[in-house]
Amino acid sequence: MVIERRWKRWVFFYIPITLFVIGTLFPFYWMAVTAVRPDEELYRSWRAAHNTPFWTLHPTIAHFQDLLARTTFLHWLWNTFFIACASTAISLFCGLLAGYALARLRFPMAGALGTSIFVTYLVPPTLLFIPLADIIRNFQLGNTPWALILTYPTFLIPFCTWLLMGYFKTIPKELEECARIDGATRFGAMVRIIFPIAVPGILSAGIFAFTLSWNEFIYALIFLSSPEKKTVPVGVVSELIRGDIYFWGQLMAGALLGSVPVALVYSFFVEYYVTGLTGSVKG
Amino acid sequence: MTGGSGSATGVTVALPHPGASRQTPLVRLLENERLLAGLLLAPTVVLLTVFIAYPFLMGIWLSLSSTSVGNPGKFVAFQNFVKAWNDSIFRTAFGNTFFYTFWATIFKLALGMWLALLLNRHFRGKRIVRATMLLPFIIPTVLSTFAWRWMFDPTFSVVNWVLYQSGLIVTKLPFLSNGDLAMWCAIVVNTWRGMPFFAITLLAGLQTISPDLHEAASLDGANAWHRFWHVTWPLLKPVTVVVVVFSIIQTFADFQLIYVLTGGGPANSTHLLATYAYQLGVNSGLLGEGAAISLFMFPVLFIVVWVQLRYIRRLEGA
Repeated sequence: MVIERRWKRWVFFYIPITLFVIGTLFPFYWMAVTAVRPDEELYRSWRAAHNTPFWTLHPTIAHFQDLLARTTFLHWLWNTFFIACASTAISLFCGLLAGYALARLRFPMAGALGTSIFVTYLVPPTLLFIPLADIIRNFQLGNTPWALILTYPTFLIPFCTWLLMGYFKTIPKELEECARIDGATRFGAMVRIIFPIAVPGILSAGIFAFTLSWNEFIYALIFLSSPEKKTVPVGVVSELIRGDIYFWGQLMAGALLGSVPVALVYSFFVEYYVTGLTGSVKG
Repeated sequence: MTGGSGSATGVTVALPHPGASRQTPLVRLLENERLLAGLLLAPTVVLLTVFIAYPFLMGIWLSLSSTSVGNPGKFVAFQNFVKAWNDSIFRTAFGNTFFYTFWATIFKLALGMWLALLLNRHFRGKRIVRATMLLPFIIPTVLSTFAWRWMFDPTFSVVNWVLYQSGLIVTKLPFLSNGDLAMWCAIVVNTWRGMPFFAITLLAGLQTISPDLHEAASLDGANAWHRFWHVTWPLLKPVTVVVVVFSIIQTFADFQLIYVLTGGGPANSTHLLATYAYQLGVNSGLLGEGAAISLFMFPVLFIVVWVQLRYIRRLEGA
């Protein structure tokens, strides 16, 4: 190891990493403090006496109660969850099959198809949202969860395919060949031998896809219109700001509650998520 | 697979392929590699064709037409593009998009690299620090951007409070009500959100570099900077290029951050191509013009993707 002096360790390591942690977490802390701070403290002049901007001595759950009473927040949570799960399931299904085909089977145009799936991965939703809104209207899918369940896979499938293809390539071919000598069909070997081995890869792709769909905003903003059908990000934007008035307490309470489920899923599967994240950029 | 081994007479027939005798036509079809590949790829190809290729072609058609909501419109050739180019708000949005992408990517790369180097060391609580560092990337951008908007509030900004209390300013800074300042605020928030992605992917790259190389370099008298520049950086370059390309695409096409933080304001000075396309195409219902503005993103994205593909090919060829 490279030896270093104590003061150097402080200057070049402890202080920078502490600043990084504070900078990363402060907005979330601020979200939480605002959510439990009573209104008269929120909207008090910043030069007022006895100002305690970084904490509150009178925490309240009024904002959470207002949020649940005045909006259909629980509906939004459920919608977001349902849409995220359904689109993740569809993407995993398609990604598993396509990833296997691209990794294992020989067929004409395999290279071109792999490249074009990779390219669609790089197409941002903001390039397509206007024509897509028209298509969704024509398919009579507007204002239904299916508009999102069917469009989210467009950015999830390429990622899942890419990640799982990489995973399948690391599984030795001999395993499948053994199964086939024992009489398994090609399809059977894929489903019973290869897919079970790929479970960690499937989990990584699934967790990553789930957080991506929980995060998605522009399609949800455009395709959904009735308040009770919205997802959390869209609901918070469109229902908690009336005209120019921001209900900061409720907004932050909503932001906090909307973040908790995805943060929980993440905290249980950090390692899988990181594998998915780093795998998502590897060729 | 019971095969023929369970017969009551006790005569066991050793079959090399116990399942072969029960093959249905479907199973035999699935043995054909090409056919199986076609079947496995069908769902993906159908979905991507209907929801990416078709909208893309339709977007090109829309951009060449005068379509608006409730009006089918007719072919107008490149009028929408010309009109956009002569529109001063569009010019601002176009410039902003490059400005925003350039600075945000530079900051994300610099800070992300720094953080990755810090996280690559051994210290107590490393796993938990790494996990918390990713939070800005996990939490829905819209929700965290609201927290930032509240932190930049004109009257109740905590950032102003801190700067004032520490004597750095005497009056409140107009964070989001001044066009230039608002753009920098957006860059700060984008950096905050995207930096963890850089840090964690670069960290994964760093972990593949053998510590022996560093030890050898330091025995040869290389200082920390030389070790980074001559050992770490050349080995990290491939993953860095890929991460930067991903980030450029995401940042260039960004929508939600600006939509929530400034809404394109004040006075349309912070629009990006995506938010301006949304304003025209969805809010004003001018589908043709909106689609044309979206398509202005395409050449840049195309070049970036092309460079990326060439780079990957070259790496694979090497």
